[in-house]
Amino acid sequence: MAGIQLNTLRKIYAGNVEAVKGISIDIKDGEFIVLVGPSGCGKSTLLRMVAGLETITDGELFIGDRLVNNVEPADRDIAMVFQNYALYPHMTVYNNLAYGLKNRSIPKDEIEKRVRKAAEILEIGDFLDRRPRQLSGGQRQRVAMGRAIVREPAAFLFDEPLSNLDAKLRVQMRMEIKKLQKELGTTSLYVTHDQLEAMTLADRLVVLSGGVVEQIGSPIDVYEKPASTFVATFIGSPAMNLLPLAKSGNEWKLDNGATVDVKLNTDLSDLILGVRPEDLVIEELSEKFDTGLHTALTVHVVEPVGAESYVHGTIGEGSVDVVVRAPGKLHFEPGQILKVTAKPEKLHTFDTKSGKRIELEGALETA
Amino acid sequence: MKRVQFSHPLMPYMLLLPQLAIVGVFFLWPAAEAIRASFYLEDPFGFGSTFVGLDNFKDVVSASEYSRTAWFTLIFSAAVTFFSLSIALLLAVKADNVIKGASTYRTLLMWVYAIAPPVAGLVGVMLFDQHIGPLNDLAHALGWNMQIGVNYFDTAFAMTVIAVWKQIPINFIFFLSGLQSVPKSVQEAAAVDCRSSSRRFWTVTFPLLAPTSFFLLIINITYALFDTFGIIDLVLKGEPGNNPVTLVYKVFLDGFRGNDLGGSSAQSVILMILVFALTVVQFRMIERRVHYS
Amino acid sequence: MKRSQFWDHTILVLGALFMLVPVVYALMTSSHDAVSIYKEGLQLSPGGHFVDTYKQVLTEAGGFTKSVTGLTMLWNSLVLGLGFAFGKIIISMLAAYAIVYFRFPLGTFFFWIIFSTLLLPLEVRILPSYEIVQGLGMANTYSGLIIPLIASATGTFYFRQFFKSVPDELVEAARIDGAGPLKFFIDILVPLSKTMIAAIFIIMFVFGWNQYLWPTLITTDESLFTLVRGMKQILQVWIGAQIPDTNQAMALAVLAMLPPVLIVVIFQSWFVKGLVESEK
Ligand SMILES: Nc1ncnc2c1ncn2[C@@H]1O[C@H](COP(=O)(O)OP(=O)(O)O)[C@@H](O)[C@H]1O
Ligand SMILES: [Mg+2]
Repeated sequence: MAGIQLNTLRKIYAGNVEAVKGISIDIKDGEFIVLVGPSGCGKSTLLRMVAGLETITDGELFIGDRLVNNVEPADRDIAMVFQNYALYPHMTVYNNLAYGLKNRSIPKDEIEKRVRKAAEILEIGDFLDRRPRQLSGGQRQRVAMGRAIVREPAAFLFDEPLSNLDAKLRVQMRMEIKKLQKELGTTSLYVTHDQLEAMTLADRLVVLSGGVVEQIGSPIDVYEKPASTFVATFIGSPAMNLLPLAKSGNEWKLDNGATVDVKLNTDLSDLILGVRPEDLVIEELSEKFDTGLHTALTVHVVEPVGAESYVHGTIGEGSVDVVVRAPGKLHFEPGQILKVTAKPEKLHTFDTKSGKRIELEGALETA
Repeated sequence: MKRVQFSHPLMPYMLLLPQLAIVGVFFLWPAAEAIRASFYLEDPFGFGSTFVGLDNFKDVVSASEYSRTAWFTLIFSAAVTFFSLSIALLLAVKADNVIKGASTYRTLLMWVYAIAPPVAGLVGVMLFDQHIGPLNDLAHALGWNMQIGVNYFDTAFAMTVIAVWKQIPINFIFFLSGLQSVPKSVQEAAAVDCRSSSRRFWTVTFPLLAPTSFFLLIINITYALFDTFGIIDLVLKGEPGNNPVTLVYKVFLDGFRGNDLGGSSAQSVILMILVFALTVVQFRMIERRVHYS
Repeated sequence: MKRSQFWDHTILVLGALFMLVPVVYALMTSSHDAVSIYKEGLQLSPGGHFVDTYKQVLTEAGGFTKSVTGLTMLWNSLVLGLGFAFGKIIISMLAAYAIVYFRFPLGTFFFWIIFSTLLLPLEVRILPSYEIVQGLGMANTYSGLIIPLIASATGTFYFRQFFKSVPDELVEAARIDGAGPLKFFIDILVPLSKTMIAAIFIIMFVFGWNQYLWPTLITTDESLFTLVRGMKQILQVWIGAQIPDTNQAMALAVLAMLPPVLIVVIFQSWFVKGLVESEK
């Protein structure tokens, strides 16, 4: 077991594509870190550098105390689970698990012991003589996991391992991976583009965009205090509403003229106001807050999703689309005007230009 | 190439060595030699050779016999390509249609692929023989006094028939697999949109077969140019006389029988350019096909 | 529906007959005796001399050839077909493996050298090829017969296409599992290529067996004649004869087509798959 240290890692591909632009992460022993970000942001590249499948252009990588920049993948003491599983199609499940151990000249009975144990943990004991093509997607996934487990490595690396499964199986495997990781206590680095998967699995999230780290933190931290508009809209579904906010005299106003009652210590004259759909409350259905945000919402459509409804509309006559997430089955007519409100501590503010978070004074007090 | 490749100081070279050695000795060297010889006049008694620039090419191209051969090659290639492609397409469409016995038909229509051109040539010569050949009898019954090896047209006809017969299977295999890979959903959509099955074929299926057809077109031209050598050699029974020959056959004749090394080499180089052009076109098509799929 | 299927079947049956009848003529004629063929022409029904004819062409020298029996020619064809197929597969697999799976200086250059061979068939460089092989003392040898034919990179091209279609993750997983280049090749790539190897083997065997021009030039010694190479010899003797042994000529033609035809028919699905896939 070991921690992993990434020191300003950079990757420049042939053709001068800078996929990873100086990323540092300090992964503690036994920690479950999830790299999350949209497709093409450099997650796989970063993971593959850790695995040794891509050369490191610049920076340092430590696994345990060992600098491994130039160490072969096989000698890094890591195991990897691939999106398409990469099982050896012509080998039985048993041999798929055993192959890496055989190559390390581990004694036969030790191999047997480890394979049986992993098979038991993953409940694939009945399939050991089958070939991958005779297995279902979920079973193959387990075999891929098994291949990582038997190695008893210092770290697991996962590259979107659940993306090829259907939704239901994905949720189930997600929980199993989490449970397994806690039991084994193996340091894990997990890549996904699915923010929900990231939130549920991670001890700490690393949100990436365009080859740089947007934010590192626990899932709740990242959710409650997104460091930028990018993180704010990427984490959480439906995404956080972003509204332009401008200073007019001493007051902050939305573009429909509604006043927002916030305390801010800034010289800027315009900002972006963020509010999550579940933090917007329809006044007709609930209490009214004294301070914070009050505005009118023109309803476009209501999407019932079962226990709750998403009300889509625009603020006033303005053009900014807003989603309100409200409990229960709601019926509003298109064009109907509702009053919506949000508590001041539920409001987020961001710099218009950089998109970086600016702390609200009120929010700081309540936090 | 692969995202991740091995790097090893020696191994890749060792893996390539056998192939490179063979290519070097048996391909590059003779190819270079053919090009070199095309610019030289070889002394017939083996006393060295003189550089003559493009003279060999000029001689070759200006000879009336060469243009006659070139014309014949063109017509022969066009005929072989056209008939073997259209017959194969017809058979493939029918084989794709039938429900019963499809695999039996497939076997019966493809096995001739395995027969060598000269073997086809031998059997063909006997079938067309003036004394014992049933095809000759058939022609006689139709009032055609067929004389293979004597009459220019009759000889060309026999060559073409044998060459087409031998080439139908491979075209059939590719057309059939092309037809079978037309997605079922597309066929069903077409069936909903259009009642006439022949219209459906020409407007939906055939365009989808276009890449296959184009690929086969090149394959067939190459076949007609080169692989028919064995057929022609047998039909001519080694006595070309005044009979039609293809450009490739002429390279062989002039080089090995006529001992005209320079002329034969110049002809080789002309053919090289032709094949080169065909191959480039083919590669571009393959690349495009990869992009589409 | 019924009507159109009737015509489909009619056309297919006619097509099948068109392909079949010439070979039926060859096969049936070979079971008659020379004199009756001379008198009555080629035959479509079996005659009584099947065993005689084949025994004679297989075991007796003379007739069409001076010193060599059909059995020897059959053996030579087999050597050419098998030698060509094995040689081609081994050499082209190794080369394709280097090209696809290794990064090394001059890799691209070698790639183009090898693939330039696809541009020029043997026929257009036949004369110098002959002179070089003869100069190397390889005329009238099996190696002179087989090795120059291997120069074309078709096999390398097929294997390259196939290797490229093998998922990248497999080699990555193998590297993490501690497999070096040799181990990966033997443990994973070769077993994965089994079907491809079988398909290419069939195609190459047929291709080698059916070679004509090169054997014609490079083997002048009858003891090295293949059946296909022998066709012209047979025809020339046949023409010159008073009462030609048409039955024996046809028997040799049947022998020349039988093995490749059997292989193609028996391993049809592999063969078709290999042929169609490899052209993609
Ligand atoms: N082998 C490569 N060569 C060149 N560019 C690459 C290569 N692999 C990935 N890239 C580029 O690097 C960026 C990051 O890719 P990747 O790490 O795969 O993203 P992610 O896994 O987050 O979707 C993308 O813009 C991608 O196009
Ligand atoms: Mg990725």
